[in-house]
Amino acid sequence: MKVYQFSEQPYYPTWNDHSGSLRVILPNRKCDPHVAADLFHRYYDEYQLCDELGLNVMLNEHHQSATCMSSAVVVGLSILARATKRARLLVLGYPIGHRPDPLRVAEELSTIDVISRGRLDMGFIKGIPYEIAASNRNPTELMDRFWEAHDFILKAMTTHDQNFNWEGEFFHYRQVNIWPRVWQEPHPPVWSTTGSTAQARVLGERGYVMATLGTGFGTRKIFDAYRKAYLAKFGKAPGADRFAYLGLVAVSHDEAEARRRGQIIAGYLRTSAIVHVPFRNPPGYMPVEDNARMLRGETPPRGFTKDRRPLNIHACSTEDLIDAGILFCGTPDQVYGQLVEFCEHCGGMGNLLMMGHGGELTPAQTVDNLTLFSREVLPRLEAYRQPDAEAAAAAVAA
Amino acid sequence: MLQAARSGEGSLVVEGLRVDMIERGSGSPILFLHGENGIEPALAAIDELAKTSHVIAPTHPGFGGSELAPGMRSVDDLSYFYLDLLDQLDLPDLTVVGVSLGAWIAAEIAVKSAARMARLVMANAVGVKVGTRETRDIADIFAITDQEYLELAYCDPNAGRRDFKALPDAEVHAAARAREATARFAWSPYFHNPRLKSRLHRIRMPTLFLWGVHDRMLSEAYGRAYCAMIPGARFEPIERAGHFPDHEQPKIFAERVLAFAGGK
Repeated sequence: MKVYQFSEQPYYPTWNDHSGSLRVILPNRKCDPHVAADLFHRYYDEYQLCDELGLNVMLNEHHQSATCMSSAVVVGLSILARATKRARLLVLGYPIGHRPDPLRVAEELSTIDVISRGRLDMGFIKGIPYEIAASNRNPTELMDRFWEAHDFILKAMTTHDQNFNWEGEFFHYRQVNIWPRVWQEPHPPVWSTTGSTAQARVLGERGYVMATLGTGFGTRKIFDAYRKAYLAKFGKAPGADRFAYLGLVAVSHDEAEARRRGQIIAGYLRTSAIVHVPFRNPPGYMPVEDNARMLRGETPPRGFTKDRRPLNIHACSTEDLIDAGILFCGTPDQVYGQLVEFCEHCGGMGNLLMMGHGGELTPAQTVDNLTLFSREVLPRLEAYRQPDAEAAAAAVAA
Repeated sequence: MLQAARSGEGSLVVEGLRVDMIERGSGSPILFLHGENGIEPALAAIDELAKTSHVIAPTHPGFGGSELAPGMRSVDDLSYFYLDLLDQLDLPDLTVVGVSLGAWIAAEIAVKSAARMARLVMANAVGVKVGTRETRDIADIFAITDQEYLELAYCDPNAGRRDFKALPDAEVHAAARAREATARFAWSPYFHNPRLKSRLHRIRMPTLFLWGVHDRMLSEAYGRAYCAMIPGARFEPIERAGHFPDHEQPKIFAERVLAFAGGK
């Protein structure tokens, strides 16, 4: 298993001073740039520590938000492309449907790939509903733009001998020839995220690395949808390396300290949905059928515990989060055991996107969390033998 | 020559695209173009109009049960759909009545070709920008709560309130679809076409602006400025109505339309 450390780079000093929305409308007056600078420097120090510890790094972006200061992820990628030596750099992701100019995206990512000497993993995402307000992109056509941008970026990265023309529905270029060309051939690995079986099938047909977040012990059905589509397309089972899962991780030799850390890191979940109601569900972001159900007041729970107890992951207890496979928390032995149990549930999961920092976890706690994990859990995960991929796929096909 | 033909009861096929259509009454023809809230809230006004006229009220592509053609993304696209529909129906002495989004569609039709339109009624019309780039002419209805929206859009907020738990599935589905379709056609530029203003001088037919004066999604000043862009257009306020005067004052709305269509 590979492990990527992830932090939302939160501006947590405002978390108790937000008048009901940490995103979109929280005035940036509440952001002290001196405090933000200190936080950024600290977060990048911790990413560099990951590089030394043998952990990879995942970066993301959100907009107009105190939950995540990384609003232009290419900035973070640029810093780390130069400042790290070994870590793979996963962007998960780049909200390409929102971007006005996919040529620019192709240039940015190719440059990152070259400066890092081929360490870029390239996650393309739709973006959560709250991002629409910042980009003002029409939510009803976001996915059409996403796929056209995707097609364009990959063509730009894989065309080396002559300029090409692109006159699509959304993007128009007549002389495309990006410099520098990508380091990894034919292009950096493509990743994406989803929470739905429908999109999992789409990703399976393309063989991209698929990540889920907060799906806990409901993850298997999403992975199986991918397996089925992948098997039908490629005639073989997808390896565990095609699957990724974002889990919160808190580890300490002192179980009580691990719980404290887990509680703090879970502040991410408790704050991530504090958003002024109208921005939570822009028109066209979800299918009409889902919106009709919501109008009737029917909102299915997103999270489940192992024994299929529904959970509100934004408000439940630390223990519930552990039971749900959302937080992996305890001593190194316990965390390893929880992760293995989760991998078995998934039928194989080869990339742990580890939120080893969240909220107000102090620098000392974070450094200890990452260091202990890399010394006592990571080697065992790297040696761990994943469930048999063919058996998992055969069970789905049957 | 257009190939489309009428299909079954309550629907019409235009250039291969099937839309729901209500057809009621007899007399001089009126094409009614509903607002972004869909056709259901306009039914009372349609009935009032149909007492003395022949009302044709299609549900716009993408709304209700009407199909949406691939690539249909703008009010400009909708206006070409309606130009085809008008050719197909071939209605003499036609009055076109639009409410809000429907009025924007009507204006986009009229600037392209008035050949099949005798007169135009624009009720609480959107479609143009009158203020500066930093003036919010039209309230951002996607950035406010449902309650805030009802208070802006209606004279009586209860008039716009709907109990979705009690409504039939088709109506709930239509409401969800109306919200999505509105965004599809009006997200950006927001509820207007920056090019329309410079084309409105082409509307030379008799034009009436009806204005529910309690509309706070738009201001009356916006309505009057819009009206002044169309040569000879007349402005008439409607009391005790907000953004959808057809919904809140169906009788008065219909009386004003019928009087105007009758040459008064």
